[in-house]
Amino acid sequence: MEDLLREYLPILIFIGLTLGFAILFIAGSYFSAEQRPDTEKLSTYECGFAPFEDSRSQFDVRFYLVAILFIIFDLEVAFLFPWAIALRDIGLFGFWSMIIFLAILTIGFAYEWKKGALEWE
Amino acid sequence: MIVGAIAFYLFAGMIIASAVMVIAARNPVHSVLFLILSFFNASGLFVLLGAEFLAMILVIVYVGAVAVLFLFVVMMLNINFVELRQGFLQYLPIGGLVGLILLIELFFVIAAGITDPEVVALASAPIPPLSDLTNTEALGQLIYTRYVYLFQTAGMVLLVAMVGAIVLTLRQREGVRKQSIARQVARTREESIEIKTVTPGSGI
Repeated sequence: MEDLLREYLPILIFIGLTLGFAILFIAGSYFSAEQRPDTEKLSTYECGFAPFEDSRSQFDVRFYLVAILFIIFDLEVAFLFPWAIALRDIGLFGFWSMIIFLAILTIGFAYEWKKGALEWE
Repeated sequence: MIVGAIAFYLFAGMIIASAVMVIAARNPVHSVLFLILSFFNASGLFVLLGAEFLAMILVIVYVGAVAVLFLFVVMMLNINFVELRQGFLQYLPIGGLVGLILLIELFFVIAAGITDPEVVALASAPIPPLSDLTNTEALGQLIYTRYVYLFQTAGMVLLVAMVGAIVLTLRQREGVRKQSIARQVARTREESIEIKTVTPGSGI
């Protein structure tokens, strides 16, 4: 356990460094700069007139479909990693259980292909 | 190990602080970003527990995919979020009730785990020492054989999610010109070109 955490020590040092630098930059600019707050400074400037709408623009729902299909196959691949490492120990049963799992997901893949969910337009 | 203790309190404190900010932030996009921060800290806690695989999966799946999905949803919904906030106090009792029920359930699970030795034996497999096996290898030896039914159920859940997402969000558009490669390739010269002899002065 101790050895494992010791391997992660560089990452912890990096996290500490980034936190330190972030605080340093923000605090440095906060204390060294002249502060003269004004509501006009925060108001929107867009060629002189107020903006008509929110800067957040709506997406098409098709982006969402692509993202959710990506997540599902992402999870499928995540299951493959421990299986590939432990394949020598789990024997034929473990091998076939993964094949059945992949077959189930392949049914879904065939379905989405047939439905045209993978095509853009 | 004092560094481990400091790291634990840093991660745990950051999780709670960013979780509070998720519901307190005015801008919904900031809420999602705080959610991502709490995911990162949770993966730090997993590393401290020795569950490396889970920590990395948390970063890949939750930060890389689920959080992006949340951002999509926030961007897609065209809701006035200031208006949405008006009913906060109105929904507080029912939200508190749901939270309380979840808390009681958690308490029962933990109580059962502590008191009943059978539950402990059922739920936990002995963790091999890290010098023998890495965390990912130990997981791999259990998921596909001992917990095969749960594993297949996970596959079914993913299938249902896939079908559900397609059924809910896929719409066929009318009047879209698609490239049909099979038709393109199957075209012959005879059906696409016609040679006509034109005599001068008479037209076609």
